[in-house]
Amino acid sequence: MTQQLADQQARIQAVPASGTHAPASRKRWSGRARRDFFIFLALALPNLLLIAVFTYLPLINNIYYSTLDWTLGSATATVVGLENYITFFTSADAVKVLGTTAAFTAVTVGGSMALGLLVALALNSKVRGTTFARSAVFAPYVLSGVGVGLVWLFIFDPGYGVLAWILRGLGQQSPQWVNDPQLSLVMVIVVYVWKNLGYCAVVFLAGLQSLPQDVMEAASLDGASSFRRFLSMAMPLLSPTTFFLLITTMLSSLQAFDLIRIMTPLGNGTSTLIYEAYLQAFGAYNRAGYSAAISVVLFAILLIITVVQLRFVERKVHYS
Amino acid sequence: MSTLVPVDLQPEVSTSDAVPPRERAFSLSNLVRTVVAGYLPLTIAVLVVFLPLLWMVLSSFKQPGEIVTLDLRMLPADLYPENYRTAMTTVPFGQFFLNSTIVTIVGSAIKVILAIFTAYALVFVRFPFKNVIFVLILVALMVPAQVSILPNYVLIAGMGGKNTLWGIILPGLGTAFGTFLLRQHFLTLPGSILESAEIDGAGHWRRIWQIVVPVSVPSIATVALVTVVSEWNDYIWPLIITDKPDSMTLPVGLTLLQNSEGNGAGWGIMMAGAVLVIIPILVIFAMLQRYIVAGLTQGSVTG
Repeated sequence: MTQQLADQQARIQAVPASGTHAPASRKRWSGRARRDFFIFLALALPNLLLIAVFTYLPLINNIYYSTLDWTLGSATATVVGLENYITFFTSADAVKVLGTTAAFTAVTVGGSMALGLLVALALNSKVRGTTFARSAVFAPYVLSGVGVGLVWLFIFDPGYGVLAWILRGLGQQSPQWVNDPQLSLVMVIVVYVWKNLGYCAVVFLAGLQSLPQDVMEAASLDGASSFRRFLSMAMPLLSPTTFFLLITTMLSSLQAFDLIRIMTPLGNGTSTLIYEAYLQAFGAYNRAGYSAAISVVLFAILLIITVVQLRFVERKVHYS
Repeated sequence: MSTLVPVDLQPEVSTSDAVPPRERAFSLSNLVRTVVAGYLPLTIAVLVVFLPLLWMVLSSFKQPGEIVTLDLRMLPADLYPENYRTAMTTVPFGQFFLNSTIVTIVGSAIKVILAIFTAYALVFVRFPFKNVIFVLILVALMVPAQVSILPNYVLIAGMGGKNTLWGIILPGLGTAFGTFLLRQHFLTLPGSILESAEIDGAGHWRRIWQIVVPVSVPSIATVALVTVVSEWNDYIWPLIITDKPDSMTLPVGLTLLQNSEGNGAGWGIMMAGAVLVIIPILVIFAMLQRYIVAGLTQGSVTG
């Protein structure tokens, strides 16, 4: 009862209070706009500052560092201009690192998309348990790359791994997966695809389920086989999904680090751009300037892919 | 659609091959087709995912003699918890676990709150240049953290953040992903609720906590869960900014364990470590996968 009274009083008081301000509406308006201005800053500024300092500033700093001959931890550095880039692109490293990056990216993107599409088609069937299977297949994508890398390193162990045991059963000797440069790349690619194909599968599945059912059904009634329907109807209609996946998986493959670090710490055959940049700065050499130059090269590649994506999305890769 | 009939795994045995398969939903050939085309690929896919993880759990309970052997057995002879004890004592695993938990909870909580505030401001508060700010956030979403590690290392180490938990948390706190996702959701909220709240005298603070947050729980949960998963799994940054066990997170600590156990006998201990880093996320995922999958595949449907 008293509460109600107090509320009423507050309301009565509030009315004339705002009333007195009403005539000076122009002034009040600007006052309100100014208050909104500060409220906006209070709410958004911490996040915006963090993004500016830890996302945008590093891009500029990286370009600056890439022009230095600088040992990480040392107080002095000399400006050398483009020398780090020249050193990188004229060394044998460049061919090796860019080749490894291209191979790793191409095979992981192709592999996880192809297998992801197959799994998506299996998940799209109308049998029980697809919901569970969908979650199960997606699970590796959210797991720690370090944990997953260790589990698979054990499976690939030439002495006591499951794979060696299977190969022994077939009368074969297990190869030295980690020590052989080519095989170590194969090993990391296999594990990477295992970890990421569920993502592709779930995205493809969403695409398949959003296909216009009436059109697919009409084709089915016209006697088109399911393979035919898939090839000449589902695939073209899925092209926006395919393009989206191509870009996102390419971007994440180019940034793959955890598995490479845990399975092949020394790099060797698995030194992609990102891993080479890490090794140069934080491995044995502490060549900060050189590492920054490699990072800038990587960033340029990622930027080109992103720009291509944005241009295509604007033009809409769409059939509907 | 003829196949809309729920498939039953108990076929009529009397069905003969003579019956045209298209007419009978429960014919033998239909059953075979269901199993071969439907269940077999699914089973294979699920097994390919689960067998390595099952192998990890089983091996973590095996004695060294059961691992260093050519005579491979699926199940451990008995549950041998010694690997977990050794993992805990060889390296300070308890400390790693605690550090990971603190980094994940503190980092995620701050990120979610920052995302709510920024998204609210972008949608509901008047401000000039809002579109410019939003574009800058979108671009930040595409900037990979991997290329920023060296400058961020120089910056944080210079601030004295090496081997500290705040040094691990701070650079990742700005959240473009959460802001973007929540902004898209807030735009769908009917403006009339907020207007009437404003007329009733509710300030921005009350409008955030009493109206916007309660009606946006699923989106906020999505952001929170995706953030928790990525904070827990984060590797490259904690690896670089810590080199003393006291401040390491679990993934970085596992690397340490790997270095200390060179030969085959160490696998059991390493699998115990892998269990400790993988299982918490697997449990969270199993319970709340709907939100996590939705958050991580964001953008795929909108193209």
